[in-house]
Amino acid sequence: MGNVLLGAISLGSLWAVMALGVYITYRILDVADLTVEGTITLGASICARLLSGGINPWAATLVAAVVGMLAGLCTGLLHTKLRIPPLLSGILTMIALWSVNMRIMGKSNVSLLRIETVFSPLQKLGLSKNMSILIVGVACVVVVCVLLYWFFGTELGSAVRATGSNAQMARAQGINTNNMKILGLMISNAMVGFSGALIAQNQSYSDIQMGTGSIVIGLASLIIGEVIFGTRTFKRTLVSVSLGAVVYRIIIAVVLKMGMDSNDLKLFTAITVAVCLSLPLIREKLFRGVSQKKGGAA
Amino acid sequence: MLLLDNIYKTFNAGTVNEKRALNGVNLQLEEGDFVTVIGGNGAGKSTTLNAIAGVFPVDKGTIRIGGEDITRLPEYKRAKFLGRVFQDPMTGTAAGMQIDENLALAARRGESRGLKWGVTHKERDEYRELLKTLGLGLEDRLTAKVGLLSGGQRQALTLLMATLRKPKLLLLDEHTAALDPKTAAKVLELSDQIIAEHHLTTMMVTHNMKDAIAHGNRLVMMHDGRIILDIKGEEKKKLTVEDLLQKFSQASGGELNNDRMLLS
Repeated sequence: MGNVLLGAISLGSLWAVMALGVYITYRILDVADLTVEGTITLGASICARLLSGGINPWAATLVAAVVGMLAGLCTGLLHTKLRIPPLLSGILTMIALWSVNMRIMGKSNVSLLRIETVFSPLQKLGLSKNMSILIVGVACVVVVCVLLYWFFGTELGSAVRATGSNAQMARAQGINTNNMKILGLMISNAMVGFSGALIAQNQSYSDIQMGTGSIVIGLASLIIGEVIFGTRTFKRTLVSVSLGAVVYRIIIAVVLKMGMDSNDLKLFTAITVAVCLSLPLIREKLFRGVSQKKGGAA
Repeated sequence: MLLLDNIYKTFNAGTVNEKRALNGVNLQLEEGDFVTVIGGNGAGKSTTLNAIAGVFPVDKGTIRIGGEDITRLPEYKRAKFLGRVFQDPMTGTAAGMQIDENLALAARRGESRGLKWGVTHKERDEYRELLKTLGLGLEDRLTAKVGLLSGGQRQALTLLMATLRKPKLLLLDEHTAALDPKTAAKVLELSDQIIAEHHLTTMMVTHNMKDAIAHGNRLVMMHDGRIILDIKGEEKKKLTVEDLLQKFSQASGGELNNDRMLLS
């Protein structure tokens, strides 16, 4: 069980970067961006092709982030310049990316067995695979969190936040809200592409299907993290979302260990997200009586 | 300062919902003019303000601010010239952001935004001093989310934000209509104070005739997408509600149809 747990935690750290990307669109921009389903595979495909071609693993992973950014740009342009609703813009890019990913890989999957990855140097030092992944994963999450914390504290980052919080007000303050939406989508998808590259290197292959359902996994991580660890400050929220991705993986590992059919996982995840999203309502219904009593006693 | 030259706007043109909202609006404001705008339901008061702000493009006509033609500029570029306070207290501020962050956004209106810090320590001290002048205790809640404030507090904050960088034109769109009478009076008093202090050119839409008469140096009345009355100077100072109602029926050939206006 110990090894399973370590495996879940290390995998969670790789997905945490993706969950942070979903946080940017879903919470900061207030858009459910479905592009990520394609972007995660895009990052994985690009990275796999480059690694097969003998490119340095870190360089390949960064290229995956840049290409992910382009996917975000595509969705952003569809939404702002062609005025297509954000949900549909994301779906269009996602569908288009399926073909792009097939083109990149040339077939439906590319194996990375016996190929150098970003985890290899640590493994050569004698660390176990899971340990190597955990160290690289946590390091990436920390760097991404620091960068996000910095960026959203700047003038430009504040403008992106204002756009998500109240676009009318943002325009009245001279903010080009269309550009801010595009920028937010690009940053988010860069992170998702980056995460996809790490995940491919972890599982030693890239597969055309690997992105399916990833938006729900991202949302599940995000919401679990927020509910358990809180959102009092921005710093706290970043940590919460990262930890949420890890907790999600632990939950999955546990239910699998308990004998759940792995084909039922997506159903399980969808139900978890639905329950978590309705928590505010459930809380209100359940505890209305309780809080009134409390008020009376005080 | 502001020139509206023959502005036309029709919404949903060519459909059953077609609505001619502005029907040749002409208005010229001198620097320092404080004009109150009244009129019946659907007279085009808010539409005029939104046309100036660039919420939608106008069909015909020219809008100039300080001599510059802004008719074709997008909303976010016009923001450089304008301070805006809206009817709904939720509209003017970002609820999910802190008080100081909202003020900092407004402080950069019309400037390019880069990778410098969104709010500096020096700014925070300035904002604290500024918020004290409101007398609402907001100076001690600089890092509170704006969503936690009351409607009146949010409107006062929006007013401060709109005038943090001196705008060429301040647009107040029924900005006290959603507040309770006591708070409305307080926000209105604050508006007067800020407008006088910075000598701001202002357009204030109101449905309250008494307010329209008591404030500003000029009053325009709109009807059917046109300005039908423009009262200034001594005449404005002596104006009464009865005068206004009488002038309205003369100019428009009908009774005033704004229920809210008659009640207040």
